[in-house]
Amino acid sequence: MTLLLDLALIAWLLALAMHIAMAPKDQNAIVAFIAFGLLLGLGWIRLSSIDVALTEVAVGGGLTGVLLLRAEAHLRARPATGRVTSVAHRTMAALGCAAVACGLALVVLLFPAPAPTLAPTVAANLDATGLGNPVTAVLLAHRALDTLLEKVVLLLALIGVWSLAPDRLWGGAADLRPAFVPEPLAYLARMLPPFGVLIAVYMFWVGADAPGGTFQAGTVLAAMWLLVMLAGLRPAPDTRRLGLRLVLVGGPALFLAIGFLGFAIADGFLAYPEGAAKPLIVGIEAALTVSIGAILGLLVAGPARKAPTP
Amino acid sequence: MIPLVDAFTLAAVGAGALLFMAGTLGLLRFPDTLSRLHTLSKADNLGLGLVVLGLLPQADSLAGGLKLVCIWLLAQLSAATASQLIAGVLPRRKSGS
Repeated sequence: MTLLLDLALIAWLLALAMHIAMAPKDQNAIVAFIAFGLLLGLGWIRLSSIDVALTEVAVGGGLTGVLLLRAEAHLRARPATGRVTSVAHRTMAALGCAAVACGLALVVLLFPAPAPTLAPTVAANLDATGLGNPVTAVLLAHRALDTLLEKVVLLLALIGVWSLAPDRLWGGAADLRPAFVPEPLAYLARMLPPFGVLIAVYMFWVGADAPGGTFQAGTVLAAMWLLVMLAGLRPAPDTRRLGLRLVLVGGPALFLAIGFLGFAIADGFLAYPEGAAKPLIVGIEAALTVSIGAILGLLVAGPARKAPTP
Repeated sequence: MIPLVDAFTLAAVGAGALLFMAGTLGLLRFPDTLSRLHTLSKADNLGLGLVVLGLLPQADSLAGGLKLVCIWLLAQLSAATASQLIAGVLPRRKSGS
C-alpha cells in the first residue's frame, strides 16, 4: 500500500519538475517550485528523515521561494535583454541533468545491503553527548566544524547580498514595505508572529531530543520578522547598526569561542568536556537560532535601497 | 471487523479527501479568479477540518490532538489571508492594466 503512495509521490515530483523546467512564465515556475519543495518534504518523511523534511519545507519551499519571487519582480521591471536560450543548449542541459540523475540512482541502487553507514556508531555514542536526537548529535558534536563553517558561509552570503547596493547606500536599510498594505496582511502580521516565535522556540528546544533544530527554528523566526516588515509594522533596520551586526555575528562567534575553549577544558578544538556537553550545545544552538533568523531575514530583505540615517 | 474508531477515521478522512478533490476540480473548471478562491477556501476550511477530525481519535495524547486543531486553525488563518490578498489585487489589476 505504501509502495503505491511512494510511486505516486515520485510521479508527482517528476511531473512537477518537468512543469518547472518548461513553464513559460517565471512566476508560474517559482510558485511550482514552492509546491515542489513541499512535495519533496513529503518524500523526505517517507525516507524517515524528519529533520531534513522540516528544513526542506521551511528553507527550500518557503524562504527560497520568497527570495526568488522578489528577485523575479525586480527583474521584470527591467527591459528584456532579448536573449533566448537555443534549443541545442536546452537539450544539452536536459541531457546533463538526466545523466546526473541516472548516475545518482545507479550509485544508490548498487549499494551493498546493508549499506555502509555510521548511524549505529552515532546511536551507540549518543549517551556521551547527552542528546536524544542523533541528527543534532552529528551536527553539533561529531561534525561541529561543518556546522560552524556553514554559518560563516551564511554570513558571507549576506555580505554578498549587501554588496549589491550602490556605494552611497552602503549601511542603509532595505525597502520591504509595499506602496499599499492591504488590511488582511497587517492583521496576519499582528496575529501570526507570537505563534511563530513560540513554534520556533519549541522547534529549537525539542531539537535536542526529537526532530527539530536551529536551522528550522531560525527560518521560522526569519519568516515572522519578514512578515512584520512586509506589512509595514516595523521598518527594515539600517544594516550598519551595531546592535544588528552583533546579533548577526553572535551565534557563529559564540560557537567559535566555545570551540577555542575546548583547548582549555577538553581535548581540542570544538571538543566538549564530559558531562557539560549538553548545556554547551544548547547554548550554542540558542545563539545560532537567533543569528540564523536575522541572517535569513536580511538575505530575503535584500540590499540597501535607502541611504543610512545619520 | 475494524474497530469503530478506525472506521470513523477512515470515513472522516475520506470525506475530507473528497472535499479536496472537489476544491481542485473547482479550481480547474470555474470561470474566474473569485469563484476559484471560493472553492479553495472550501477545501482548506471544511476539507482539512474533516481530515483533522478523523485523525483526532488516533492522536497519542491530548496535546497531540490540540496540536492537530492548532494546525487546522493556522491553515485557516493563512488561507483566509491569502484569499483576501488575491481578491484585493484583482480590481487594482483590472483598473491599472
